[in-house]
Parts: sequence; C-alpha cells; structure tokens
Amino acid sequence: MDRKQCCVKLSVQPSRGLMDEKFIVLVQNALPGSQLTIRALHQCEDGHSWEAFGHYTADTTGTIDVSEDPSIRGTYSGVEQMGLLWSLRPIPGSKPGLRMRKKNIQTPMEVTISVYQGHQTEGFADLVPLSGVVVERWYMAPGVRRIPVTEGGLTATLFLPSGPGPFPGLLDLWGGGGQLVEYRAALLASHGFASMAIDYLTSKFTMETGKMVDNQYFETAYRVLQQHPQVCGSKIAMIGLSFGTSMTLKMAIYSEVIKLSAAVCISGSHVQPVEGSVEEIMGFFQKNAGKTRFNEKNEAIWRDLLLPIPTDPSLKADVGRLQCPLLLVVGEDDQNWPAQESALDIKEMMARAGNSHLLTVLSYPNAGHLIEPPYTPHARSSTFKTVEIQEKVMCLWGGQTVEHSRAQEDAWKKILVFLRENLYGGRNPTSFSHL
Amino acid sequence: MTQAVPPILSVTPSRALVDEKFQVLVENLPPGCPVTLRSLHRSEDEDDWEAYGHYVSDHRGVVSVSEDLSFGGMYTGKEPMGLLWSMRPVPGSRKGLRLRKINVCTPMLVNISVHSGHEGFRDRTPLASALAERWYMAPGVKRIDINKQGVQGTLFIPPGPGPFPALLDMWGGGAGLLEYRSALLASRGYVSFSLDYLRSEHLSADVEFKYFETAFNIIRNHPQVIPDRVGILGSSLGSMVAFNLTAYSTIIKPRCIVCISSNHYHPPGTTLKAGFKILSNRTNDLSKINCPMLLVNGCDDQNWPTVETVARLLREGGKEHLLSRLAYPGAGHLIEPPFSPHFRATKFIILNSKEKVILLWGGHTKPHSDAQEDSWRKILSFLQLHLYHSPSVKANL
Repeated sequence: MDRKQCCVKLSVQPSRGLMDEKFIVLVQNALPGSQLTIRALHQCEDGHSWEAFGHYTADTTGTIDVSEDPSIRGTYSGVEQMGLLWSLRPIPGSKPGLRMRKKNIQTPMEVTISVYQGHQTEGFADLVPLSGVVVERWYMAPGVRRIPVTEGGLTATLFLPSGPGPFPGLLDLWGGGGQLVEYRAALLASHGFASMAIDYLTSKFTMETGKMVDNQYFETAYRVLQQHPQVCGSKIAMIGLSFGTSMTLKMAIYSEVIKLSAAVCISGSHVQPVEGSVEEIMGFFQKNAGKTRFNEKNEAIWRDLLLPIPTDPSLKADVGRLQCPLLLVVGEDDQNWPAQESALDIKEMMARAGNSHLLTVLSYPNAGHLIEPPYTPHARSSTFKTVEIQEKVMCLWGGQTVEHSRAQEDAWKKILVFLRENLYGGRNPTSFSHL
Repeated sequence: MTQAVPPILSVTPSRALVDEKFQVLVENLPPGCPVTLRSLHRSEDEDDWEAYGHYVSDHRGVVSVSEDLSFGGMYTGKEPMGLLWSMRPVPGSRKGLRLRKINVCTPMLVNISVHSGHEGFRDRTPLASALAERWYMAPGVKRIDINKQGVQGTLFIPPGPGPFPALLDMWGGGAGLLEYRSALLASRGYVSFSLDYLRSEHLSADVEFKYFETAFNIIRNHPQVIPDRVGILGSSLGSMVAFNLTAYSTIIKPRCIVCISSNHYHPPGTTLKAGFKILSNRTNDLSKINCPMLLVNGCDDQNWPTVETVARLLREGGKEHLLSRLAYPGAGHLIEPPFSPHFRATKFIILNSKEKVILLWGGHTKPHSDAQEDSWRKILSFLQLHLYHSPSVKANL
C-alpha cells in the first residue's frame, strides 16, 4: 500500500495566461519513482464539468515536468505540454454532444490542476489530491478594451488593443450557428489587432424583422472599423470560419467598398451563387439539404451539400479576381464542409488566373471542421442548430483529437504570423515564440 | 497624423506574480532607431511612479529589454526588470514616498510604453504601450482576517487540499499591517500569517511575549497546517521578535527562521518600545537557537547596525552549523520581495513620539535591487528545504 506522500509541490507557470499561451506544469518533492496522476478540472459556463488527466512516474529527484516527461496513459499520452487542456472532455455521465465555448470573455476560464497518488482513471471526486492549484486562462490581455457596436444597425463588438494605436483592423466572422461570438476577436486584439466580431445571422435587425442582412451590413462594419480614430484604415483584414468564409470571399472579391489587406478562410468553401445575398447563399445550401448523410451514430454529415464542386462559374466566388493575400485553413477530416476539395479548386482557379502567389493553404490530416484557437477541447461532434433549421441536430464535425489539437496550435501560430506580415509589414516576428 | 503602422510592444507574461520576470519586446521599428522604454504606475495613494531606459533597435527593428543594453535613463546595461526596480516618483512628486501595496486582492498595474528618441521623450506621445498586471496573490489563494484569542492579523492559505507548511510573518515599525509578503508566500505554497502587533499598546514584556506565542500556536493548530512545519520570517523589528521567540520560548518550536535586516540588541524581558532604544552591548545567546536560521542583511543598512552584531553572533560557538548568512554590499535596510523600487530614505512615524521624520534606510539602487532578487530566491529555497523537504541539520547554503 502506498503511504500518503507529504508536501508534494505542484506549480503551474504562468498561473494566469492567455488562452493561446503555453504553461509548464511541475510536480516536485514527490517520492522518487512514485506513480502519480495529474488531472485538470474545469466547470464551464453551462455548468458542465470537464476533465483531463495523465499518468506519470516521478524521476529520481521526485520531479515531474509535464513539458518534458511522458504521460503513460490518460486522456492524452506521450510528452504533451498542453495535454491537460486540449484533451479535456466532459466527465463520465455528462449529456452527449457538448462543446466548450466561452461567452463572457471578460472573466478567465478557471482550471483546477491537481496531483493524485497512484494511477487513477475514475472516481476523482471521491479522492483527496496531494496538491492542487488554480490556473486562469484569459481571452483578453490586460488593457484590451471591449466596445459594443450598434451604429449603422450593426450587432457587433470591437476589441481594441491597449495603447494609442493606430492598429490594423480585423473583421471576425463565425458560421451558420449565428450569435455574437467574441472570443477569437478578443484574443486577436490581445495580439495587436483592432478586431470586430460581427453577428450577421442573428443580429438585432434580423431578430426584429425576420429578414436577413444584406451586403451593406458588412460594408457598414468595414466603414465603422475604418473610420475609428485608433484604426489604421488602410490595413484591414477579414477572418471567417465555415459560413463566415463564404462571406469573407464574397466581400473580398465583389465589394466596391471593402478593400482588404488580407483574408483568412477557415474550414469553408468558395462555392456560392455569385451575386447572391446572404439569404440566397443560405438558400442555396438548404436546397441541397437532401444530400445530408448520417453515420452509424446518427450524426449528420453535411460536407456533401456542396459537392461535387461545380464547374459553372456562376456558382463559385471568382477567386481569380482576388487582389489580397489569402490564407486557407483546411481540416482534411472536415465532415461538415468540403474544405479540402474547395481548397484544391481554389488553387486551380487562381493558378489559371495568375494570382496564385497570393494563396497559402494549410491542410491538416485528421483535423476536423472546428479549427479554433489552441488548447481548448476538440469536439468531433456536438449538438448544433443553424439559423435555418429550428431543431437541434447532432452534427459530425470530424477530426481525431490529437491531430486536431496539433492543427489548432499550428494554424493559430501561422494565422498570427500571416496577419502580422500583411497588416504590420514586419519580418521575422519573434514575439509569438512563447506560444 | 500619418497612417503609418506603429511598432508593436509586448510584455510577456502580461499577468504575473510580483516575483516573476517578464520580457519586454518592441518590434517593427526602423533599424538603428533610438527609442525610450518607459514604465508608469499610479499607486494606491495616487502618486505616479516611473522608470525608463534608452535603447537603440537592431537591424531587424527589434528592441529586447531582456537582451539589449540600456544606454541611460534610470538604469543602464542589460536589465530585464529595470523598468520595475528602478522606478521613482515622477518629477514634482511629494518627498519621501514609499511604494507598498495595501490591497493585495487586486494587481499592481504597470503601463509600459515606447517613445521615439532619448532626450525629451516625455514630450512625445508614445508609439505603443501595453499594460502589465503584477499580482501578490496567485489564483485560488484565500485571504482570511484573523481576530482570535486577542491576536490580530491576516492569514493567507494556498489553493489545494493541504495541509501545508506555514510561516509567521512579521514586519518592522512604521507601517500598518502589511499583507503583501504573506500573500506572496501563500502563492509559493505556505500558509502565511501576517501578524499585526505594533498597533496595540501592550502592557508588559511578558504579555507581549505571550501574544507572539499565541499567534504561533494559532497557525500551528490550524487544520490546514502541518504542525511541525511552522517557521518564522521577520524583517527589521520583526526579526528581533523572531529571534527572541526561537531562543527563549519554552512552548513553541519553529522549524526554521529567517531574519531580514535584524538587530540583536533586544534583551529578553524588555518591551518592544524599550527595544527601540539602543541598549547595552549585551548580545543574545546564540546557543539557545535550535533550528536552522537564515540571516539576510544589507551592508549599507543605515537603520540598524546589523552587520556588526551579526558578526559578533557568529563568534559565539556551538550552533554555527545552524546559521546561514547573506550579506549584500550596497544594499540597505528595506530588503523586500524582488523588483519593487528601492527607497534610500522615506517618511516614517516614530512609534514612541509619533514624530514624522525622514529615515535613511541606506543602499544604492542597483546593488539593493540585485540583493532583493537574490535574497528572495534564497529565502524561498531555504524555506523549501526546511519546511517542505525532510528535516536537515545542515543550514549552510
């Protein structure tokens, strides 16, 4: 029987970090060679509990360094410095289809990290840990300002970095679920970009009138950003995920008003009726709803709705006309959108048009649809409701956790470098080396 | 105003404990560009404190405070934390100020900015700025007011199930109850009790002595404290109390003690008030100490004649193996947790007469700041060795 260890010291550095910063988890003063479990526990805003754990063996000095030592088994294995965060999963007994997303980004995500005697796999709630610490993970750096935006009928939030500026600007769009999703914009502002998260599907206007917004809505957002005294009006980019990609490409190519310095399109496609309004584009996808497939778990696969990639040019945004650098981020196991097929077609179209020097494609094997900022849990599927469908569906996003998490980490770093190069004009940025 | 894209200033980590280092980096400058890095902090008393260093960007347009030399300002040379420890009240401030955080539940906010040029940099608006938070309390540390058995103070408990080793933390004269060192010690894994003992009027030396013994036992008996792993940490007058408790108490046995800027002219059987006066040349009897002791002193301490008395203590035989000494040339009396500004002289209210004076604490900023950084690290490793690890007779570092 192991005797209870005394005074095992656990530390996490930094104890308050940004969501995309790495930390070092260190156990000291354990019995050399002892078996220990390190566990993370988080209660999200919805009240659900999430946990992750790894099994370790203390070395001859009684130390475990998670950034250097392997986890033998657990929710992650091997040397995984951030495994305690990205492998978080709902505790046993939780309802299925959960996805972790922070709504209130003015408070941190709190994670309790503890170390337990022995190699434990369950029943943590009944065990007393040897040691435990609390770690804060923030979407907003100190000094970042959050400003709700309603002018011009917009439903949006602007995040300004600390300092006098002027800062390059960023329009941030999410996908078909709608809502005003702020966390990515808050994090981007923490890296020096004046970022405006925009609700373009469930805006106040749409909720009150029942009508979808038109193209002017995006142009208004662009203008509001451009005219802000702390924004560098000639350096504005757009970042979109999923349906947000459709909007981003549409605006980048066809808008007379919006002149982008760069565009980032994650997990999306260029397939859309050219000259279509938001409503018409949505309708186009809905028309193909019959192509929905279901896997053996009855999870909905929507990637076929836009396949095969059309040859008809009126059904694809004309990427050959793009005049700004474009970064495409693709998960090769995306079950929700045909991002990989679209990326290949975009590449061909741009090669034919002679502007492929503007294109960079990041393609990740076994990554799914939801390529988000790093170190938050991967959801292979979750309950989802688009603005078109009134009932919730179990949606298959795709991706295998380990590879998906690595893709998130790599893509995020590259997105930041891409934005830095195109909006700040710098070379060899060094300040992302700690991420 | 041009629409040119500005340089990028980053402070990493942007949220940290006060004893942690940060990296200040400026990018996207023109190459070979003279700039000034400046820190600005508004204290709880509404005074403004600043520090600044003059730098020149490299060929990549980068200034790294951790790697580059400052050519002038409040500090020179390679000083990653110079923007904090060299802070002074801005020109035009009141005299004799001291920077001490009273509310430890909120962070100290420091604004770091980069300005073009060296001379007259303050006349120009900054090119970029970033806000850094410096915390005395790690997340999950609990703060508890104590008023028990006549003893008053504030207790800080680390996060986690415990039980933990603990410390009785005592300051010197001239301030109200200071919590920040205890908050920081709790953030490093110790239950720490910042004892309030200078406010109330104690009647006799015996009553005073009992007050400290009771305080020690309150910690010792706390459900989250390991009873045989309680130490004492005292600075200035507090270190005198620490020494006397350890040497003369028959009921409490600290596991180890740390005495910062101590003086040993305080014979037992006298009150604290009397102890302020310079008394006889009689020194304390070193042979009464039975636990490891760490003495930390600044050689330029103008407030207590510390170095001489400690040297004399060493000459008494018998228990030398328990003693470790850190004596820092150029450091003054107020040896505090690292990266806080140095005060050579500040306002002080004398306990007995309530007179307001300016007291000379001594020390020169650079060696004093180095002493704070080095001593804190060594104090923490001394405490870790004696309170976390197995007991050891060896006290020499």
